[in-house]
Amino acid sequence: MTPDAKLLPSGLPRIESMEMRGIVKKFPGVLACDHVNFDVKAGEIHALLGENGAGKSTLMKILYGLYHPEEGEIILNGLPVEINSPTDSLNHGIGMIHQHFMLVDTLTVAENVALGLKSTREPRMDLDVVSARIRELAVKYGLKVDPNALVSKLAVGERQRVEIVKALYRGAALLVLDEPTAVLTPQEVEELFHIFRQMAADGHALIFISHKLDEIFALTDRVTVLRDGKAVGSTLTSQINKAGLAAMMVGREVSLSRERPDVTVGKVRLSLKGINAFNADGQQILKEINLEVRSGEIVGVAGISGNGQRPLAETVAGLQPVASGTVELDGQLVTGLPPARMFKAGLSYIPEERMHDGVVKDFSVAENLILQDHIHAPFSKGIFLDFKFIAKHAQRLIQAFNVKTPSRETLVKNLSGGNIQKLILARELARGPRVLIAAQPTRGVDIGATEYIHAQLLKGRAEGLATLLISEDLDEVKAMSDRIAVLFEGRIMGIVTSDEVSTEQLGLMMAGEAAAV
Amino acid sequence: MGKTRLNRQHLERLFDTLLPLLAVLGAFAIGAVILALQGVNPLEAYKAMVVGAFGSKNGLADTLVKSIPLLLVGLGIAIAFRGGVINIGAEGQLIVGALFSTYIGLQLGESMSPALVILLGLAAGALMGGLWGTIPGYLKAQLGVNEILSTIMMNQIAIQIGFFLLRGVMIDPAEIAAGTNIPHSARLTKAIDIPRFTDIAKSLGFTESAKDLGLEGWSKEIYGLLAEPTRLHAGLIFAIIIAILVYIFLWRTTIGYRIRAVGLNPHASRYAGIDVKKNMVLSMTLSGAFAGLAGAVEIFGLHHRMFEPLAVSAGYGFSGIVAALFGKLHPLGMIPSSILFGGLLVGGDKMQRAMQVPQVLIQVILGLVVLFVVSTDYFVRRRQNRRVSVTSRADDLILAAKTIEEVTNE
Ligand SMILES: Nc1ncnc2c1ncn2[C@@H]1O[C@H](COP(=O)(O)OP(=O)(O)OP(=O)(O)O)[C@@H](O)[C@H]1O
Ligand SMILES: [Mg+2]
Repeated sequence: MTPDAKLLPSGLPRIESMEMRGIVKKFPGVLACDHVNFDVKAGEIHALLGENGAGKSTLMKILYGLYHPEEGEIILNGLPVEINSPTDSLNHGIGMIHQHFMLVDTLTVAENVALGLKSTREPRMDLDVVSARIRELAVKYGLKVDPNALVSKLAVGERQRVEIVKALYRGAALLVLDEPTAVLTPQEVEELFHIFRQMAADGHALIFISHKLDEIFALTDRVTVLRDGKAVGSTLTSQINKAGLAAMMVGREVSLSRERPDVTVGKVRLSLKGINAFNADGQQILKEINLEVRSGEIVGVAGISGNGQRPLAETVAGLQPVASGTVELDGQLVTGLPPARMFKAGLSYIPEERMHDGVVKDFSVAENLILQDHIHAPFSKGIFLDFKFIAKHAQRLIQAFNVKTPSRETLVKNLSGGNIQKLILARELARGPRVLIAAQPTRGVDIGATEYIHAQLLKGRAEGLATLLISEDLDEVKAMSDRIAVLFEGRIMGIVTSDEVSTEQLGLMMAGEAAAV
Repeated sequence: MGKTRLNRQHLERLFDTLLPLLAVLGAFAIGAVILALQGVNPLEAYKAMVVGAFGSKNGLADTLVKSIPLLLVGLGIAIAFRGGVINIGAEGQLIVGALFSTYIGLQLGESMSPALVILLGLAAGALMGGLWGTIPGYLKAQLGVNEILSTIMMNQIAIQIGFFLLRGVMIDPAEIAAGTNIPHSARLTKAIDIPRFTDIAKSLGFTESAKDLGLEGWSKEIYGLLAEPTRLHAGLIFAIIIAILVYIFLWRTTIGYRIRAVGLNPHASRYAGIDVKKNMVLSMTLSGAFAGLAGAVEIFGLHHRMFEPLAVSAGYGFSGIVAALFGKLHPLGMIPSSILFGGLLVGGDKMQRAMQVPQVLIQVILGLVVLFVVSTDYFVRRRQNRRVSVTSRADDLILAAKTIEEVTNE
């Protein structure tokens, strides 16, 4: 394909240039975008980087027609355009992939793609036409998707590909990717990047949002940094390094390495013995799990997603029934007790799916901070909530954990993703736990906040907290953990000392090979 | 461009707040066309309606009397909605509440202080209604039985039990003696009537009539409403106090907090150690209890005996849902909305009599109001969602499909 061809492989016109000028967007109490200029050209991958709440998603939702800006204009191929709804943006060739998948599990890939579009044979469906077109696109872009597969049977990486096909099918020439890699394994990320590079080479314009600096360097041509709603700089990716980017984002030096000071480990705080568990379909999801976490220790759990991490966490939290085995929290036998009893025994749990399981989105910040502890003093007296104390508590945590929110009364659904994570962390650590389960605690969190969250975990460790850190980010697991348990198909393949194991060895164990150490 | 956008948003917000009223007006507009087609002058008909409902002491009294069960039922509906369950069974809960409170009233009679008997009667109604709500709540929590279906079926059971009792053990002995066998109970003793406003006024020393005092116009009607003999009873004050208590309960107590948390996000609630099933059952129990209470208040305040089940429930189990939605499921907002709906019911009746329009036509107009109010509410919510979250037309469909999927999975 010659670079000056005006059509994309999909047969649709390219977007040669897209420019956003002087965009201003206000929300109650926040200036989410403050005269932002941003642009992208055909054939380019432009990274949008910034702390949690900097305004990245807001800017992109304006481009996609979900929000109306108070000021500013959008210029496509040199002409100003009005984008008032996602339908408008789709008509202009702009597509967006949201971090949360918008797929219906019980439908097939083709049905999902066809959903909401006009059939060529109204009122009957034209799934055969849709499937053929999907196959065509899949071949052109090297995307492995089966139009007839049920979405519920697909892994996250495959679902991500379906989202891309969906956008391409709708004729996207410019694609916004809002944290597309947050939930993927390293292998899946690599495959995805391959597709993105291919798309850019074919003349698509891509906007890529991620908090992982490595990904920015591996994929993008240019990077623009947002801070507090302002674009603070824009540069070719090749002309800056990690430390420079981090400083630009946060406005100060950020430490990218983690020091684990020596602490003396104490008594066993969490002990799992011979745990076996099954899911609703009767499949065994945990096999003979034996694991101990001591006071002052961080034990990492590594593994490819879906190999038993979630059932493991939920067993300890009392959310997953066990078939056999015992769970001990701080010396108490708690096997089979409900979650409330686990929390009473000193457990705090940061769940993986924070929007779904961690917060009530339509509750305020203050209300979300008392989700477990509202029942007892000092949060309530008898059956009455003590609002004075609840407000004071919220104010303290917002400050201590640097949660960016207009006020404690703001509904949590209006906070940015990373700030919601900080809120949950604040709630769980402020409860004064003796055992902490942190599942993907820094997923979708900016580097400044990641540094902060890691510091908090290490502070807990120094104070005698026993932490089980579940993460798919191997660098995080290696840097933070004293020991690492590797899960594969519900079984612990081995428990290794993190300073003595190499990333390669971990990788092998995660793929099912027995422990080398 | 910036300026116009800002104005547009303000306009939208203003529009959203006024929308319920616009909805009522819209429904009336369509109703006017139907009335005109029937050869009735719509303006006169609506005038008869408004004057009938709000224009005189008797109209106002009837309106307020009807607003009492609407408010009490609506409070229960709101608790269920807030707790994430849907209660279509208020009709049945009201009926069993009325039945049981009548039974208690008949049994206790004048055996103890009247205030105590009334209190016990109301408690009995709430208890029975609560039980009637607990059953579908429990079935949903334990077995995943859809509560919409089970509450509707519980309505039928309540109606039939009512007939069974009223044709059998509960029938007024006088009916048997007279051989007419109309299925209603004996009258409760007068001593345990919930006092009427006029009785209260008399005991406070307001014995003169408005005419005696030489009052004219509005002050005459208002004075008449408060002091002269009408059907208005103290149940109104009771219901308003209950509404305030429900507000406090939902927003100030730990139990209310948990009910709302479970309603808004059962997953996060479960993860936080809140017993989701228990709270689901509790919302249904409370919801039923308020409907049962409404039944008891109707008996002690208005009917003083148990009539045929559907004559007592009078559709309040359903119109209460609308009053609750119109009040935005907020206990305090529901006070004016119940009065408005009470007015619609009374005014519709008056219009029918004054203009000779068929009864069904009134129901059509009321139905239109319901339809407009409910659908505009949906419309506002959808647009607000669009403003804050991800929704194109296609995404809307997906969200809808996802919701259905979740509902069917659970
Ligand atoms: N619908 C909304 N209502 C009110 N405030 C909002 C809304 N959406 C976003 N905000 C606020 O605007 C700011 C920018 O949010 P945005 O979601 O754009 O951040 P972000 O850069 O995408 O962050 P993250 O990396 O955490 O996803 C935040 O302070 C957020 O609280
Ligand atoms: Mg974002």
